[in-house]
Amino acid sequence: MSGGNAAPAVEFRAVTKRFGSVTALHTVSFSIARGALVTLLGPSGCGKTTILRLIAGLEQASDGQILIDGDDVTKLSAAERDVSMVFQSYALFPHMTVLENVCYGLRASGMRKAQAIELAQAKLALVGLAGYGARLPSELSGGQQQRVAVARAIVLEPKVLLFDEPLSNLDAKLRRHVREEIHELQQGLSLTAVYVTHDQQEALAISDRIMVMSMARIAQDGTPRGLYEQPISHFVADFIGDANIVPVVIESRTGELASVRLGPLVLTLPHRSAGEGAAELSIRPQALLLTPGAAGPDALPGRISKAAYLGSHMEYWLAAEGLTKELFVIDPDVVAPLAPGADVAIRLAPSGVAVVPQA
Amino acid sequence: MKLPRFLIVWLAIGCAGVLVLPWYGLDDGTSLPALFAAGPWLPPLALPLLVAAWASLGCTRPHALIAAAITGLLWLAVEGLLIGQHGWAYAWLDTLFGAGPSQPAMGWGAVCYALGCLMLLAYGLARLGACKGDVFVVSAILLVVGLIALFVFYPVICILSSAVRDNDGGFAPWLFATKLASPSIWGLDCVFGVRSCGVAWNTVAEATLVGLLTTLLGLAFALVALRTRLPMKKLLRALSILPIITPPFVIGLALILLFGRAGVVTVWLANMFDIPRSRWIYGMPGITIAQVLAFTPIAMMVLLGVLQGVAPSLEEASQTLRASSWYTFRTVTWPLIRPGLANAFLIGFIESMADFANPLVIGGNFNVLSTDIFFAVVGASHDQGRAAVLAIVLLAFTLTAFLAQRVWLGRRSYATMGGKGHTGVPATLPAGVRASCYAVIVPWLLLTVAVYGMILVGGFVVSVGRDNTPTLEYFWTAFSIERGVGGWFLSGSAWNSFIVTIEVALIAMPFTAVLGILTAYLLDRQQFPGRRAFEFLAMMSFAIPGTVIGVAYILAFNVPPVSLTGTGTIIAISFAFRNMPVGIRAGLANLSQIDRSLDEASLTLGAHSFCTLMRVIVPMLRPAIVTAMVYSFVRAVTAVSAVIFLVTGHYNLATVYIVGRADVGEYGVAIVYSAMLVLFMMLVLVVIQLIVGERRIGRRTEAPAIEAPGLALVQG
Repeated sequence: MSGGNAAPAVEFRAVTKRFGSVTALHTVSFSIARGALVTLLGPSGCGKTTILRLIAGLEQASDGQILIDGDDVTKLSAAERDVSMVFQSYALFPHMTVLENVCYGLRASGMRKAQAIELAQAKLALVGLAGYGARLPSELSGGQQQRVAVARAIVLEPKVLLFDEPLSNLDAKLRRHVREEIHELQQGLSLTAVYVTHDQQEALAISDRIMVMSMARIAQDGTPRGLYEQPISHFVADFIGDANIVPVVIESRTGELASVRLGPLVLTLPHRSAGEGAAELSIRPQALLLTPGAAGPDALPGRISKAAYLGSHMEYWLAAEGLTKELFVIDPDVVAPLAPGADVAIRLAPSGVAVVPQA
Repeated sequence: MKLPRFLIVWLAIGCAGVLVLPWYGLDDGTSLPALFAAGPWLPPLALPLLVAAWASLGCTRPHALIAAAITGLLWLAVEGLLIGQHGWAYAWLDTLFGAGPSQPAMGWGAVCYALGCLMLLAYGLARLGACKGDVFVVSAILLVVGLIALFVFYPVICILSSAVRDNDGGFAPWLFATKLASPSIWGLDCVFGVRSCGVAWNTVAEATLVGLLTTLLGLAFALVALRTRLPMKKLLRALSILPIITPPFVIGLALILLFGRAGVVTVWLANMFDIPRSRWIYGMPGITIAQVLAFTPIAMMVLLGVLQGVAPSLEEASQTLRASSWYTFRTVTWPLIRPGLANAFLIGFIESMADFANPLVIGGNFNVLSTDIFFAVVGASHDQGRAAVLAIVLLAFTLTAFLAQRVWLGRRSYATMGGKGHTGVPATLPAGVRASCYAVIVPWLLLTVAVYGMILVGGFVVSVGRDNTPTLEYFWTAFSIERGVGGWFLSGSAWNSFIVTIEVALIAMPFTAVLGILTAYLLDRQQFPGRRAFEFLAMMSFAIPGTVIGVAYILAFNVPPVSLTGTGTIIAISFAFRNMPVGIRAGLANLSQIDRSLDEASLTLGAHSFCTLMRVIVPMLRPAIVTAMVYSFVRAVTAVSAVIFLVTGHYNLATVYIVGRADVGEYGVAIVYSAMLVLFMMLVLVVIQLIVGERRIGRRTEAPAIEAPGLALVQG
């Protein structure tokens, strides 16, 4: 029954999970290659944590099949699966020392004490906590507790390592640092990792692949760059990074390209299988280039309504001719900022603009 | 493929039940194992085990395993219930088949057989995916459900069935109707005539009155404690412990010594003001005062919790919206605590209904259901049918109140417990409310002091009120230690019952704790079909008044298949199941503070659920376990109502002994013994508090070792 080396580390085959009348996961299928770090991203209640808990065995699928390393584990309990998890709350046992926490899984699976301690010490050293073994979890800082939780999970050398929003209890500066540590550790040990977060920057920074979830389904599955530059739907474009989503008209299609009308402008962009007629265009805030003064025929006329100075860049809100919604613009030029009320010409940059195929 | 160890062990135990161990529980130990015993109905019991063994090979036939186990259990129940000690257990079987076979009560063989079948059933169900395939969880659920069914449900069923039978065991539903409709239960003569009302109305009136009074007093205490600057925390803590360590009838006794015809106060009033002595205390006034004294602390603890749940920020918000303190109280505080008040009332109501000892000691001619049940069983009439009918009426009342408490109030609690960051100072009471609180509390406190003073002093004078010469006579009668031929021995009359009490309470203690904590774990941490019903059944056992349980146990366990009366075992069992809800509550309260992700972390680290329970949850549940053990012990020592039916000359208990002394007028010994019990209990609590107090771990200091919710239980 055991799968060969070609088998993916995790595979979902049409998995559905219902809680009473609520469907938390709707016929989801995917597979995760070995050694990859895959992030599940989405707003709360979208089903991303449910996927994680289904992999762990903390929930049982209502329908479908779950395979780990090619073996069907659908009916196995959490204790019987070769998977470990780093919890949002870290879930360190408060009545055990750090070393006892890290040894716990090894001892539960019957390893001799001396050997378990040796392995645990090595992993504690790996996460930079050598010498902290005798402390209680309550005597450590949040970041240190987080590392203990990671050490406790990796010491079992699981086939899949799960992270449930592991950084959400850390402050913003520490978060970036720990994020990189986790990434390095995962790469160094070539672990397969599934990572849940609602922070899209975190997801973009560390993932090999991101699955964006919405309403109990996978909305888009791809590389960070693919998701950011080629969002497949309004939801994904809006959720990953900031985007101005404006209505456009596709006038004609030739090959891969289409001519797209936005107000007075006609742009030539890949149509991404959107049909002729009304469509939507996603424009990243930094893809809108502003020049003071009146607009020529190649630009959209607009007027600044609000401006904010953020140190590294300026943020503008501006009203553009023919658009009901205000546009949000990020401009790196902080030396000569534009004042509210100023007329500007708006041009589009070559990248950061994409037709959205689905509404 | 090899058999899992779980199956091997339980198959072996089941087989031992039929092959090795004596099937019947005979005192002389002459019983043979089932396969070799006389009855031809026993050998078929081995068949399900054979089928189960076949079904276990390769573990591929869970359906067959389940069918075999259920067949075994059913056959065991059917043969046990149908074939009694003297032929068929039911008359209609005689008419069908003629005179039947007979058999004595079951013994260890039957116990092992039943356990084996139950565990095989659990394994089969788990293999089919029940409880996420967790064998330990399924078997724990089946075990607890089985025990509750045997020791709570089966006795209650026995009561119901005996109510519809005449005293010879024949089916007589019309007799049930006659007895149920009896004017002695439902008569309204006190309204329309001169005679007293039916016992049901008496009980309802008494319980309603006590419920109202305890709620009002409890509210007054809670308000003064939380909303005035009086330093009352310590006093309230002491008060809250009193009803736990005081056997319920002791207050009635003290009241008699204070206000009875020869009581201290009565004599003093007669001497000073020529107020004629009367017997006014015997009857409703006495019961009411005694019960209000006994149960007010319970209402107080409930309402303290409710008031603490009202976030001060809400009241502050009201005040910043320009509301006066009276307006705030009326429109914010009062509506928020109203469900808590209803809860306190229902608890007082149930407690009063279930109270047996105070009406017995001080009730005079005022009959209530719990005492009537007792007299129907032990009195001259010896009418078990009537006892059963009365028990059903009482059970109907308490269960209705219990249902009301759970269904109706369950959704109406506004108390915001999880609310973080509710800071601020609670509003002070309006002057009028504060004054009336004081007016209510002060006399109550004086009375409490008088009562407990009487308990502690009354046994050390010749005759309270009449002859106040100090004496140790009663103390020596009860607790003397003499030196005889064989060295020192305990010659006092109380020692026997005292030692038996401690022994039985100590035996019941670990079982109560394990049962309660395990049930709490299953309820809080596991999802399984019928969980709500399971919770309801487990908690229901404390809405069953002790008198009802006592009668039910006599009816159920006096004859085969399960014969336990006259043993210390049945007393310990009755303690375990009456006090189990304490363990459940303590466990639930504590488990809710332990984050679920800790269990999940343990599971994902490869520890199975039993390992998780023992190594992660139990160490953190230590406060709840201690609470459950302490309460179990203390409540076992102070219990009267259920055990008064179960004690024998050999297994007499302290409380029953005291009630007996009081009944024949030996107040001196009764009071001295009571005082010793109260002091002993206080000592136990203090010692345990000292031990537990230093053993708290890490940050988890907020979990108090002795918790209030456990109080809200029926003691009788």
